[in-house]
Amino acid sequence: MYAQMVKSEASTDDPEKLAAFQARIDAGEKIEPKDWMPVGYRKTLIRQIGQHAHSEIVGQLPEGNWITRAPTLERKAILLAKVQDEAGHGLYLYCAAETLGVSRDELTEMLLDGRMKYSSIFNYPTLNWADMGAVGWLVDGAAILNQVPLQRTSFGPYSRAMIRVCKEESFHARQGFDAIRKMAEGTPAQKKMAQDAVNRLWFPALMMFGPSDADSVHSTQSMAWKIKMNTNDELRQKFVDQTVPQIEFLKLDLPDPGIKWNEERGHYDYSDPDWSEFFDVIKGNGPCNTDRLAARNKAWKDGQWVRDGLLAHARKKAARKHAAE
Amino acid sequence: MKNEWPLWEIFIRGQHGMSHRHVGSLHAPDAEMAIKNARDVYTRRNEGVSIWVVEANNITASSPSDKGPLYEPSESKVYRHPTFFDIPEEVGAL
Amino acid sequence: MAATLTKDEALFQFLLRMGDNTLILGHRVSEWCGHAPVLEEDIALANTALDLIGQTQMWLGLAAEVQGDEKSADDLAFLRDVWDFRNVLLVEVPNEDFGRTLMRQFLFDAWHSIQLGHLMTSSDDRIAAIAAKASKEVAYHLERSADTVVGLGDGTAESHGFMQAALDYLWPYVGEMFSSDDVDAAMVKAGIAPDPASLRADFDALVGRVLADATLNIPESTFAHKGGRTGAMHTEHLGHLLTHMQWLQRAYPGANW
Repeated sequence: MYAQMVKSEASTDDPEKLAAFQARIDAGEKIEPKDWMPVGYRKTLIRQIGQHAHSEIVGQLPEGNWITRAPTLERKAILLAKVQDEAGHGLYLYCAAETLGVSRDELTEMLLDGRMKYSSIFNYPTLNWADMGAVGWLVDGAAILNQVPLQRTSFGPYSRAMIRVCKEESFHARQGFDAIRKMAEGTPAQKKMAQDAVNRLWFPALMMFGPSDADSVHSTQSMAWKIKMNTNDELRQKFVDQTVPQIEFLKLDLPDPGIKWNEERGHYDYSDPDWSEFFDVIKGNGPCNTDRLAARNKAWKDGQWVRDGLLAHARKKAARKHAAE
Repeated sequence: MKNEWPLWEIFIRGQHGMSHRHVGSLHAPDAEMAIKNARDVYTRRNEGVSIWVVEANNITASSPSDKGPLYEPSESKVYRHPTFFDIPEEVGAL
Repeated sequence: MAATLTKDEALFQFLLRMGDNTLILGHRVSEWCGHAPVLEEDIALANTALDLIGQTQMWLGLAAEVQGDEKSADDLAFLRDVWDFRNVLLVEVPNEDFGRTLMRQFLFDAWHSIQLGHLMTSSDDRIAAIAAKASKEVAYHLERSADTVVGLGDGTAESHGFMQAALDYLWPYVGEMFSSDDVDAAMVKAGIAPDPASLRADFDALVGRVLADATLNIPESTFAHKGGRTGAMHTEHLGHLLTHMQWLQRAYPGANW
C-alpha cells in the first residue's frame, strides 16, 4: 500500500497505562494528539503516515511525467487537477504527522536521504498515455481499498486526513477508468497502449499491498491499535475481485494467466507477484528509484532560496509593523 | 536558525451559512500567505466562502486530563435537552 | 495582409492571441507540478495553470467558431505549427527557476488583468462573457504573483538576486504586449478590444508600484523583442514546447482521447 511493511515499535510503557489505552481503542474512541499514547504507537504512526505522505508526493512524478504531453486540453486539465490533488493529500498527511511532534521538514529530509520509504509502485515508469488511465484506475483503485477503512483508524488527525483524501480519491479512480476506456475502445494503436499499461502495472499494483502479513507481529500490533485495518492478503484479494471484471468489461486480455474464478472460495485465484522484484524495488533497485529521489532532492534544494526568501520577507514585514506600533 | 514556515490552522465557512469549521492545516510564511494558501489548498472544490487562519502556536487547547471535570458535569443536566420534557401532542408546536 | 484583412480574420487573429497566451503560459506553469519549492506553492501553481487551460478552451473554442472550418479548440492547440501561434514571446520562454517563473507570471498577470478589464465591455458579447469569467481568476493570479514577487524581492539577498536577474532577463519581452498592428486597429474600430498601446500607462503604474515594494530595479532599456503575437518570429523554445504538447495528436492522428 502507500505505507508498506511499516514496522511497529514495541512499547515499553507502563502496563496499566497501556491497558487503559488499548481499552479506549477497543471502545472505538479516537486518540488525539495531546492524549497519552504509547511511545511505540507514536513512532509507528509517524513512520506510517510519513510514508503515506511521501508516497503521495513522489507519486506526483510518474503522472506528472505526462502532463505536458496530454493529448487534449480537457485531459490535460483533468490530469493536472488529479496530480495536484496528490500534492494536497501529501499536505494533509504531513500535517497529520506533525501533530505527533515531527516537523514536515524533518520528514522531508528523511525521505530525501533515504531514511524513510515511499510506496514501491512509484518506482515504476509511465511509458505510454494509457498509463495515466491505468495508474488512476489500478493504483488509485488499490490505494482506495486501504484508505477507506483507514478513515476509521484510531488516531484522530490521521482519520480526518483520510476522510478528506477518500472524498477526493474516487474522482481519481473514475477519471483513470474513463481515460483507459477511451483507449481500450479506440484505435488498434490505442488498444495496444491500454493492454501494455495493464500488463506492466498489474503485478506492481498487487505488490502495493505488501507481502503476506498474516503471521507478522508488526501487523498484529498495528491492527490491535487500529492503525492497520485489514491484512495485506485480504485487501489484495478484494482488489483482484473488483478489478478482473473491469478488465473484462474493457475487453482487454487478463494480465495474468493464473486468474481464474474459484467457485469454492467465491474469489478469483491469481498468481503471486515476484516478491524478489518487490524487495529489489524496496532496496532502491526499482527502475525509477534513483530518478524519483533525484527529482525530489532537486526540487527541495532548488526551492531553498524561495522558502528562505519568503520567510525573511515575512519577518521583516512583522518587524516593520511592530516598529510602527 | 530554524527556517521552516510556521504551521497554520485553517477554518472555513462553507456555502450554507454554517460557522467556520476547522478543515486542516498548512504552512505559510505569514498570515496573508496562509489565507492565500488556504484558498488554493482547501477550496479547490468550491468548499468555502470565508477563511480564517490562526497560527498553530497561538491556539490554547484544553488538556486531555481535564476531560472529566470539563465535560462530565454537563452529562447529568439532562433537563437542558428538549427531549427531557413530555409535551402532549395536542399542544402543537413548541 | 493589411489590405485584405476582413473583420472575421482580424477577430480570429485576436482570439488566437488571447488563447495562445493562456495555452502556452498554462503549459509552462504546469511543468512545475511535482517540482515546486514547497507543497503549498505546488498546489497554487497548478491552480493557476488550470485556470489558464480553462481560459484557453474558451478563447480557442471561440476562435474555432469564428474560423468556421468545423475545427475545435483542441485542433487549434494541437495541430498548428510554430508560425501559426500568436502568443507573445514572454509566455514561451522557459521556466528556468521559480523566480523567473513568478516574475513572468506577474508581468503577464499585470497586462492580462488590465486587458480583461477592458474586454469585459467588449462590443462582442461572447468576448465580454469570457473576460468576465477570466478576470476573476486573473485578479487572484495577480494578487498572488505580486505578493510573491514582493516577498522574494524583499526577502534575502539571495532571493533578491534571483528576482532582479529574472526581471533583467524578462524585461525585453514586456514591450511586445503593448505593440499594435492592423489586427488591433480592426479590433479597436469594431469596439471589440482596446489598443494594446493604450494599456501601457496602467501597466507601468501597477508594475512600478509592485517592483518598488519588491526593492527591484526596472531595467532602463526600452528595447522590446517582438514576433510572437504576429507569428513573424518566435523563440526557439516554442518548437520544443510544441513537440511535447502535440506529440500524441501528431503521432496518432484521428484518435479519440
